Amino acid sequence: MTNHWRDIKNADVILINGANPAEAHPVGFQWFMRAKLDPARGPGQGGGAKIIHADPRFTRTSAVADMYVRIRTGTDVAYFGGLINYVLQNNLYHAEYVKNYTNASFVVKDGFEFNDGLFSGYNPQKRTYEASTWGYELDENKFAKRDDTLQDPRTVFQLLKKHYSRYTPQMVSTITGIPQDDFLKVAQIVGEMGRPDKVMTIVYAVGLTQHTTGGQLIRCGAVLQLLLGNIGRPGGGMNAERGHANIQGNTDHAISWEILPGYLAIPAPGERTLDDYVAEKAPKKSDPHAWNFFGTNYRKFMVSLLKGWYGDAATKDNEFAFEYIPKPAGNSSWMTIYDQALRGKMEGVILSGMTATSIGPDSNQVLQALANLKWLVVMDAFPTTSSEFWKGPGMDASKVQTEVFMVPCTHWIEKEGSFVNSGRWMQWKDQVIPPQGAARHDHWVLAEVFLRVKDLYSRSGGKFPDPLMHLTFNYKDPHKPELDEIAQEINGKDLGTGKRLATFAALKDDGTTTAGDWIYTGSYPESGNLSKRREGVQDPAKNDPTGMGFYPNWAWSWPLNRRVMYNRASADVDGNPWDPKRPGIRWDGQKWVGDVPDYPPKMSPKDPKAWLPFIMTGEGVGRLFSNSMADGPLPEHYEPIESPIENPLHAKVSASPVAFLYDKAAGRPDRFGTVEEFPVIATTYRLTEHEHYITQQVPHLVQLQPEAFCEVPTGLAKEKGIQNGDMVRVSSKRGTVEVRALVTNRLGQVEVGGKKVWQMGIPIHWGFVGVSADLYPEKSQHWLANALTPYVGDASARTPEFKAFLVKIEKMT
Amino acid sequence: MATITRRDFLKLTAAGAGAVVVSELGFNLAQAYEVKQELRIEGATESHSVCPYCAVGCSLIAYSRKRPDGSIELLQIEGDPDSPVNEGRLCPKGATAMQLATSVRRVEQPLYRAPGTTEWKKVDWDFVLDKIAQNVKASRDRTFIMQDAKGNPVNRCEGIAFAGGAAFSSEEGYFATKLMRGLGVVFIEQQARV
Repeated sequence: MTNHWRDIKNADVILINGANPAEAHPVGFQWFMRAKLDPARGPGQGGGAKIIHADPRFTRTSAVADMYVRIRTGTDVAYFGGLINYVLQNNLYHAEYVKNYTNASFVVKDGFEFNDGLFSGYNPQKRTYEASTWGYELDENKFAKRDDTLQDPRTVFQLLKKHYSRYTPQMVSTITGIPQDDFLKVAQIVGEMGRPDKVMTIVYAVGLTQHTTGGQLIRCGAVLQLLLGNIGRPGGGMNAERGHANIQGNTDHAISWEILPGYLAIPAPGERTLDDYVAEKAPKKSDPHAWNFFGTNYRKFMVSLLKGWYGDAATKDNEFAFEYIPKPAGNSSWMTIYDQALRGKMEGVILSGMTATSIGPDSNQVLQALANLKWLVVMDAFPTTSSEFWKGPGMDASKVQTEVFMVPCTHWIEKEGSFVNSGRWMQWKDQVIPPQGAARHDHWVLAEVFLRVKDLYSRSGGKFPDPLMHLTFNYKDPHKPELDEIAQEINGKDLGTGKRLATFAALKDDGTTTAGDWIYTGSYPESGNLSKRREGVQDPAKNDPTGMGFYPNWAWSWPLNRRVMYNRASADVDGNPWDPKRPGIRWDGQKWVGDVPDYPPKMSPKDPKAWLPFIMTGEGVGRLFSNSMADGPLPEHYEPIESPIENPLHAKVSASPVAFLYDKAAGRPDRFGTVEEFPVIATTYRLTEHEHYITQQVPHLVQLQPEAFCEVPTGLAKEKGIQNGDMVRVSSKRGTVEVRALVTNRLGQVEVGGKKVWQMGIPIHWGFVGVSADLYPEKSQHWLANALTPYVGDASARTPEFKAFLVKIEKMT
Repeated sequence: MATITRRDFLKLTAAGAGAVVVSELGFNLAQAYEVKQELRIEGATESHSVCPYCAVGCSLIAYSRKRPDGSIELLQIEGDPDSPVNEGRLCPKGATAMQLATSVRRVEQPLYRAPGTTEWKKVDWDFVLDKIAQNVKASRDRTFIMQDAKGNPVNRCEGIAFAGGAAFSSEEGYFATKLMRGLGVVFIEQQARV
């Protein structure tokens, strides 16, 4: 989230796509309802915020929304694109914000083009783009040329206008299935949010990310928000609702193949030196007034990390042991792991609190991959569909040669440490009870394994042991590091004074400071662990001095306890809030006041050298046009890989031209189906009473939602002779599930590309492990929803397309 | 058996109020007022926690008490009213967190399945830790690449993947990243991708 949960109460309009917060994040949803019930919020004269929900399924979120539109899954780029077009064509954008706070005025290189579904630089053999034309015309100082009148046809603004002019209300309707009138009603409400005294938030979840166009779906929303001037403002922003207690914290700490802690990129093989790495990876300053804070300090953050990890072995002379950091050959993401296993190249997998089998995609293929490993370690509190995979569907345990370890680990309440919520709030929790049975903490298991590996290397040698031999282990008991010690390591310190640092501004690139994760520097200064702070709603007058809901002394949020990111953009060029009733920060003549400023605290807006508002980008402004995506600098609608129609915008480039096709690349048989054989669109989703798969072990929750099912629209059920409660078989090209049918009007038909198509839904939560599975051992072999989903993902992020694929359904006899 | 609706019940109890004794329901309502109220959390230790499920980050208060034998009993988990995030509220998952906290369904001892066998075997910690360490070293040695075909130093282990962490503490996550990168692992993933 750019903002945070409580901040949603500040919005006038809440645009929800690819999310169902009333059911998936019910307690967070109270802030949506508070906005709706607040007469000071809302378009026009107010009367309460408007909630607009676009979703294939009418959910409890839809039930309290002011508008619900049934959208075909996977077509939100067309919906947002249509809104962008409406805002631009009707001059509803926030003109001053767009001119000063976005790259609208930047002039794009002459070679950049978009024709018939392809951007310039496409290589059809490699199915990738060469992105050299996706940049700016540069002046003699290597800064981007700008045209502040926005009239030059090569400005980002004019290119954007042209690009989205194709997204007419009629085209939006043809692609999404939303009736034109409904779409125009949405557009009218959204368009008003470009007024400086109004603000809209966009809320999304994995219903947007889990598509082959997932990254661009988010970018598209961000582009709309920049045009409306809603990024950086309380009540605004792009707000991802994350699904797991600490998915945010452990993304920040880089349990992710392409990053190191604090979103420093993992180096690529050609980057032989620290200089090469910084030159390649740090954002480049492209405007004289851009601070380019990240780019400017990239080296300091990296050196402080290396110094923290390699200690005395990291010296100026060896470039702080930069060579120790592994450089991946290429994409090493989730699906690539199992693809490598299928190719026989992956030997061992360690899973901690995550089950490959149920998560999929294409669970049957993942099961084959697990059976192809030499060894599998499952660290968990409960058995999972991965620890038990050799008992799963299609498996003959006597033939599965994988050595499997079930390592009992503690769970959240048996250990202390912090969880970081969707709003970036780092909240410390206590250890309440001791570990059950012989369970051990995950990090103690990892420490113990690591120390034993180290011991094996020191006794018998082996391949380049230096990085692991020199890894710092400065804990009182190396076998049992305390999480408090690790929290201090993450914060970092000055090696000269030995004192912990209060801000990442103090980090240096000469090896005199450390920081395990620079964005958390300041979370644990000398004064103590700030994530333990508890000044909350027991005293709002004292604890929320601005009245905006920041509660600065409750826990701690990164970066630097800032509650709304990019908040310099919440005020105009002179430093006055766009809406004085909802200030983010304000220049009081001496300093910035309000939230922790995303800006130098004492830099006057009148200063001729004043930095542009978005201090993290090389441009200093928000990017309507960006070269950071693999599939184009402007979001474009592509059909899901399995789609019932050809792309109405460009039939020849129907689906993403750059989505990586794993099976094809590996020479395995095609596992994608066609609409002729699989005529129904399916999507997967979650229920209030379950979280992924762990809740299959919680009896109360299993009682509330006991058995696997699918939701079948009434009309489709009638066509197939299916009654509510019947057992049905749902199949894709990849597999089948056999579950009970819930016949409902929550799902229905959409008319797209001149065709009427049914959409159905399948909750993901069931498998062959858990309380229900114990009751139905045979049946539960056919409950893995991800047996249906395709092994393909987003062009940039490789997040699988769990949310849009084709199936057929039949009644079981 | 006669069925009594909630409305009937209220009527009956209202009629009996202040009067007798054994009601038409067949039991003595007066007893209900004589039970001494004693909070289950009387004298308990109050700790702070955060809900283990989604990423709203609802604060929890957990109550526990030391039993005479020294073991610790978890008595109650409820929403923390001070939190600016949840203001004391919890959803069905958070409200049943007790059943996740202690459960007869837990794995309490390390288990091992040898290749081609059809059952788990209970083993001790040293057995699994040694064996995993040997596997990690062997796989690392077999698949570690110091230089790629272009002569670039790469120092990566291609044959081991680590995935997880959305459920454990941030500090554990950081530690896992540090150790895995230290081993040269490049296949590192968590729930954010999927």
